[in-house]
Amino acid sequence: MTVYLLRRLFQSLLVLVAMSLIVFVGVYAVGDPVEILISPDADQAERARAIVALGLDKPLWQQYLVFVQNALRGDLGRSFVYNEPALQLILQKMPATMELALGATVFAILVGLPLGLYAGLHPDSGGAKAIMAGSILGFSLPTFWVGLMLIMVFAVQLGWLPSTGRGDTLWGWSFLTPNGLSHLVLPSINLALFKISLVIRLTRSGVRETMLMDYVKFARAKGLSRNRVTYVHVFKNILIPVVTVVGLELGSTIAFSVVTESVFAWPGMGKLIIDSINVLDRPVIVAYLMIIVLMFIVINLVVDIMYSVLDPRVRLEGQG
Amino acid sequence: MFQQGFAVTATLEVRDLQTHFFTRAGVVKAVDGVSFTVERGKVLGLVGESGSGKSVTGFSIIGLVDAPGRVVGGSIWFQGKDLARLSEEEMRSLRGNRIAMIFQDPMMTLNPVLRVDTQMIETVQAHEQVDRETARQRARDALGMVGIPSPDERLMSYPHQFSGGMRQRVAIAIALLHRPDLIVADEPTTALDVTIQGQILAEVQKLAATTGTSLIWITHDLSVVAGLADDIAVMYAGRIVEDGPVSQVLDAPLHPYTVGLIGSVPSRNKRGEPLRQIPGMTPSLLKLPAGCAFRSRCERADEACLEHPALFGLREGQRARCFHPHLEEVPA
Amino acid sequence: MSSTTVAPAVREETPFRRFLSEFAASKIAMGGFIVFAIIVVLAVLAPWITPQDPYDLGTIDIMDGRLEPGAVGASGITHWLGTDDQGRDMLSGILYGLRISLTVGAGSALIAGLVGASLGMLAAYAGGRTDSVIMRVVDLQLSFPTILAALMILAFLGKGILNVVIALVIVEWAYYARTVRGSALVERRREYIEAAQCLALPTRRILFRHLLPNCLPPLIVVGTIQVARAIALEATLSFLGLGVPITEPSLGLLIANGYEYMLSGKYWISFYPGVALLITIVSINLMGDHLRDVLNPRLKK
Repeated sequence: MTVYLLRRLFQSLLVLVAMSLIVFVGVYAVGDPVEILISPDADQAERARAIVALGLDKPLWQQYLVFVQNALRGDLGRSFVYNEPALQLILQKMPATMELALGATVFAILVGLPLGLYAGLHPDSGGAKAIMAGSILGFSLPTFWVGLMLIMVFAVQLGWLPSTGRGDTLWGWSFLTPNGLSHLVLPSINLALFKISLVIRLTRSGVRETMLMDYVKFARAKGLSRNRVTYVHVFKNILIPVVTVVGLELGSTIAFSVVTESVFAWPGMGKLIIDSINVLDRPVIVAYLMIIVLMFIVINLVVDIMYSVLDPRVRLEGQG
Repeated sequence: MFQQGFAVTATLEVRDLQTHFFTRAGVVKAVDGVSFTVERGKVLGLVGESGSGKSVTGFSIIGLVDAPGRVVGGSIWFQGKDLARLSEEEMRSLRGNRIAMIFQDPMMTLNPVLRVDTQMIETVQAHEQVDRETARQRARDALGMVGIPSPDERLMSYPHQFSGGMRQRVAIAIALLHRPDLIVADEPTTALDVTIQGQILAEVQKLAATTGTSLIWITHDLSVVAGLADDIAVMYAGRIVEDGPVSQVLDAPLHPYTVGLIGSVPSRNKRGEPLRQIPGMTPSLLKLPAGCAFRSRCERADEACLEHPALFGLREGQRARCFHPHLEEVPA
Repeated sequence: MSSTTVAPAVREETPFRRFLSEFAASKIAMGGFIVFAIIVVLAVLAPWITPQDPYDLGTIDIMDGRLEPGAVGASGITHWLGTDDQGRDMLSGILYGLRISLTVGAGSALIAGLVGASLGMLAAYAGGRTDSVIMRVVDLQLSFPTILAALMILAFLGKGILNVVIALVIVEWAYYARTVRGSALVERRREYIEAAQCLALPTRRILFRHLLPNCLPPLIVVGTIQVARAIALEATLSFLGLGVPITEPSLGLLIANGYEYMLSGKYWISFYPGVALLITIVSINLMGDHLRDVLNPRLKK
C-alpha cells in the first residue's frame, strides 16, 4: 500500500511539473511576461525593478526556476486589480466554489443513482426510455442556458428561490443558513445537470452488466430476497465505478463551475477568474490555473485511495 | 394432484419438463420433455455436451431461468409441491434452503466485494430468524465440514484471497448451510485441477451419504459420473436419450450417442486403438431436423429415424430413445 | 425495409449506399438531419430572408427596444420573437447569430479533425516514440476539462473570433487523434496495407489513400458530436464574454445580452436564441447518436 501510494505521489509530482511548464510557457513564451505580470499602470522605474525581481532579465530556464521557487513559497504574484497576493485572493473564494461543486455532486448522486438503478433494472420499460432520453438532453443542453432557464422559471416566474448570490453565510458557508441554502439550490442543480446524466448512464450500464454475473445468480440461488440481491450484491459492485467517476469528475465540476458561477453571480473562484480574464488581471489567472492543476492532482490521488478502500481486490493487493 | 407412490421415496420427480427460450431468431427448445426421478440420498448424473440442455434443466428446477427463457410445460414435484407452479416468494423460500445449487466457475460465484462471512450469514438469515452470532457459528461449522482449515480466519476474508478449489468449497459450504434435501451441482469441478476435483468429489459423496441429501450432478465428464453417481441420464438436444443405473449404462450403453460419448473417453479405449469420436456437431436447437435429433451424426441412422423415437425401456431400469440400440453387446 | 427484400435491387449495394439506407431507416436520425438541414439553409439565406439587417444601424430604431414577441415596431416590421435592448429584431439576430455559431463550430471541428486525424495516423503508423509522445499529450489534454483549457488559451491569446477557433481546435484535436489512432492501429495490420507496403507505395499515399478512408466511419461519428460540442463551447465562451466580439454576435452572445433583462421578466431576448442553440445542438447529437449505431460494427473498441 505504501509503495503504491509513493508511486502515485511521484506520478502526481510529474504531472504537476508538466503543468507548471505549460502554464509557464503560456505566460512567458506565448504572451509578453512583462505585460502579463507587471501592472500596466506601473511607471518605468517600477517596471525595471519588477523585471529584476521576477528575473525576467535572465535566460528562460532560470526564469522557470525562479517561477517554481516563488510558487513553492506560495508566491504566485499580486493581483493588479485588488493589489493582494493572487493566491490569497483565490483561496478566499475557494469555499464558495467547493460548496457549489459538492452540492452539485450530492445532487448528481441523489438523483442519478436511483434513476440509473431503475433504468438498469427495467431496461425495456417506458420509464427507463424516458430517463435515457432525458440523459441525452442533459448531455446536450448548454449549462449556461439551463441556468438562465432555471432562474427564469424558479426565481422570476414562480419566485420560489433566489436567483443570484450566496445569501447569508455562517463561518463562510452558505449551506449552514436557511437563506444561504436556498441560494445554493439552483446553482447546484445547474452544475449537477451534466453529472446527473453521467451517473444515470454509469449506473444503468453497471447494473445491467452486474445482473448477468454468476455471483448475482448464485445470490438468488441462495434464496436471498430480490431487494437484498439488488441493494447489496449488485449495488455494492456498481458503487465502485460510480464513486470513482464522480470523484474524478469533481475536478471538472470545479472547472465547469466557472459557467454556473457567472450565471448565478456566485462569488467563487470561477467568477473571479472570468472577471480577471476580462480585466486582464494575469497574476490571478496564473495562480488560478496552478491551483486548479494542484486540485486535480489531489483529487485524482484521493479517488485512487478511495477506490482501493472500496474494492477489496485493490486494497489487499498492495499488502501482499 | 398428489403424486403418491414415488413421493414417499423420491426427493424430486421431474415430468415432461419443457423450458423454451423466446429469442428474436425463434423459439429455442432448450429442454423439450425431460423426465427423471431422484431418490432420497442418491446421486443422479446428468450428462451431455454443452448446449444439450443439462444446465437449463438444473436452472429450471431451482427456478432461475432468466428471460427470454421460461418453463412452459411439465411439472417438477418436490416435497409434494410442483415447483413449476410456485410463486416467486414460495420458490425463494425453498432456494438455498431445501434446494441448493452449486455453480460451474468458483471464481465467479462469490461476490468479489463482500466478505465470506457476509455471504454466508445472509444465506442463513434469509431462511431462519437467527441472530448474527448464531448464523456465524453455522457458517463456521459449514466451512469446517467442507474441510476448510481455520474457518474463523477464513470467514473474515474476501473471495479473491481463496484459491479456486477453496472457493468452490466455500460455495459448497453455503449450499450445505440449511442441510438441503436436494443439491443441483452444475459442473462444479470442471474448472478445477484434477487433484482438487478428486478431493471435492470425495467430500461431496461423503456429505451426501451422511446427510441424506440428493444430488443432481450436471457434467460433461463421464469419468466423474462413473465414480459418483447412482443413476445417469444422458441428454442430447434438449431431450434425455438414455437413462438407467450408472454401471449398466456405462458398461452396456444402448444409444449410439452414449456409445460415442463413452468411446471418446481415452481411458475407456484399449491402448493403441484409435480414439473413437462422434462426427459432426450438436445441431442448432433453432432448426432441429424432424425425427431423431442425433440422426445426422449417427452411423446407424436410416429411414426409420425420420420418426421421433420414444424412450424405450430396453433392459431392466435402462431406457434409450433409439430405434437401433446397441442391444447386441451383452453387458460383461 | 421489407420491400427491398421482396424486390431485390439491381443496383450494386455499395457500403455507402447501405449506410445511407440504414441511416434513413431511423426516423429520429432523419428528423435530426432534416431539422439541421433547415437550420443550415436558414442561416445561409439569412441576409435575404430576415426582415432586418441586425447590424445595419440605419434600420434599427432604439425606440423599438425590448418589444414583446409579436409586437409591430415603428418601422412597420412585425417582430415575431420581439426585439433586444437596441431595438434589433430577435429573429433576424438569431439567424445571423446562427451563421457565426455554425461557422465557428464547423470550422473549428474541421481544422481540429484535420490536425487530430493527421497526428493520430502518424502515431499509429510511426509507432514507438512518436506514438507515445503524441498519446501522452492526448492523455494530458483529455484529462483537462475543455472549458478550462479554452479559458486558459483565451486568457493568453485574448478575445476574438480567430482566437476562439484556435482555442476550440486545441481543445478538440485530441478526440480525433485518439479515435483515428485506435482504428488505424486495427487497420494497419490488415492485409491490404501490407500489400500496399509490399508494392513500395509512398508512405504518404498509403496513409491518405488507403489508411484514412478506412478510419473514416469512426471519425465521422466523433466529428458530428464534436461539431455540437464546439457550438456549445463557443456559445458558453461568448456568454462569458470571452468569445466572439460584440460586432459579430453569435447565439451565445445574444443570450448573454438578454441576461440582465431576464430578471425583469423580459425573457425573450435570452430565451429564443437559447432555443435556437438547443435545437441546433440536439439535432446534431441525434444524428451523431444514430450514426454511431449504424457504423457500430466498424467502431469496435
